[in-house]
Amino acid sequence: MPTAVEVEKKKKIRHSALVRVTHWLTVVAFLALLVSGLEIVVSHPRFYWGETGNVNMKPLFTIPIPASRDTVPTGYGYTMPDQNGWSRYLHFQSAWLLVITALVYGIASLLNGHFRRNLVPERRDWNWHAYRDRIARYLRRQPPDPAEAASYNVLQRTAYIAVIFGLFPLMIWTGLALSPGFNAAFPWFVDVLGGRQSARTLHFILTWLLVLFFVVHVAMIAVSGFRSRMRAMITGRTADSPARIKERS
Amino acid sequence: MTAISRRKLITTGLAAAAGVSALAVAERLARRYSLIPPDHGGLYGAGETLTYAAQRVIGRHALAREFPRSMISNPPFGNELAPPSPEFKRFQADGFRDWRLQVDGMVAHPLTLSVSDLRSMAVRSQITEVVCEEGWSYVAEWIGTPLSGVLEEAGALPQARYVVYRSIEKDWWESIDMVDALHPQTYLTWGMNDGDLPVRFGGPLRMRVPRQLGYKSVKFITHLTVTDSMKKFGKGLGSASPEGGYAWYAGI
Repeated sequence: MPTAVEVEKKKKIRHSALVRVTHWLTVVAFLALLVSGLEIVVSHPRFYWGETGNVNMKPLFTIPIPASRDTVPTGYGYTMPDQNGWSRYLHFQSAWLLVITALVYGIASLLNGHFRRNLVPERRDWNWHAYRDRIARYLRRQPPDPAEAASYNVLQRTAYIAVIFGLFPLMIWTGLALSPGFNAAFPWFVDVLGGRQSARTLHFILTWLLVLFFVVHVAMIAVSGFRSRMRAMITGRTADSPARIKERS
Repeated sequence: MTAISRRKLITTGLAAAAGVSALAVAERLARRYSLIPPDHGGLYGAGETLTYAAQRVIGRHALAREFPRSMISNPPFGNELAPPSPEFKRFQADGFRDWRLQVDGMVAHPLTLSVSDLRSMAVRSQITEVVCEEGWSYVAEWIGTPLSGVLEEAGALPQARYVVYRSIEKDWWESIDMVDALHPQTYLTWGMNDGDLPVRFGGPLRMRVPRQLGYKSVKFITHLTVTDSMKKFGKGLGSASPEGGYAWYAGI
């Protein structure tokens, strides 16, 4: 039988152990994928649309950097250090970490109601008004609603849903569409994207959308109290009671 | 110690024990069904093993995508080659008539085949994409002799697990498992786009493994060895690629 104090403690938990563990595993996987992915891009910093693309073909766009291979004419007369080998090993290993973490998080959050409770915007917020109000509040730098100490506001919920159900699944999809073995088993996976090079280009664009989320996410944490937010995501608890949030503002 | 923490300790212990035995069972199954690649050790062994095992489970016999003739890349793109050795130049001088492919190892009848011997066997063609790990790709028609036909002719023994193939270029060798070796789209390729296979694209003889990245499609093939273990080849990691930091299995 949990004691009254333990019940009280439980109530104050800001992030469940599942959310905390999967959050940090995702951070590790994301950063490893980002660094190794950029290393891989450097070996051919040209992007195409359609099935095929190579230096004999017109690119859709080119990243203005020297390449790590002398097979790509970049106009710089300089090749960057080639780090493709370990980058590829690390990229795919981190992709596995990300996918397994996402499966654990996704299935558990469906079952335990985390999605329903904390991520789907609350019924009363299903209108533009709610979004406009919350944006206005951010712009005026008004303190958060006391309820936000326990869960997310409508903008946070929408951003997290877009990342969890939109960007990450698309990232995994476009990544799998670059695997010749996987494409043999499921040809439609790459065909519906318009071909292999389209999948590669989309994979690259999606990277920057995730980086944009990452930057805004970290900036918001810095603005709203870096130490207390980090403590909440590491220990699960926050020292801030709703009363203290009010007090400080 | 309170009742709760004791209960927690017991359940955690049971969960850990279950996890360890599940891993042990998974490893036994993986070994039994040949789901562990030769470069399974080291820092990135887990990711490499998961990729290889997953693809062997879900798409063992799947065919690489083939394209209509209208999608053949014109011109195709081939990476710059190292300057040819004097030995290669000698073969080239007489139109590769003396080029030989040696087939040995775990076979009932070791063979030595010329390119015209290969041409007189079953001939197949495929219009497939070459996908480089750098990111570029092109589509071409590849004409050749399925590797499975050559292995059948040589009488590969039932315990065979890998086919090792070597280029005339020093230290350029790869290997594939029997799933890819017997796959209908794995060719010893000697023709491309209705002509002979140009030297730039690996002529006179190139291994084509279309379900894996381009670096498994080794150029200038001279030697096939059938084996049941990669331990005795190079550093035992499966091919020259892992020795240079690249994955042995390139189906990603």
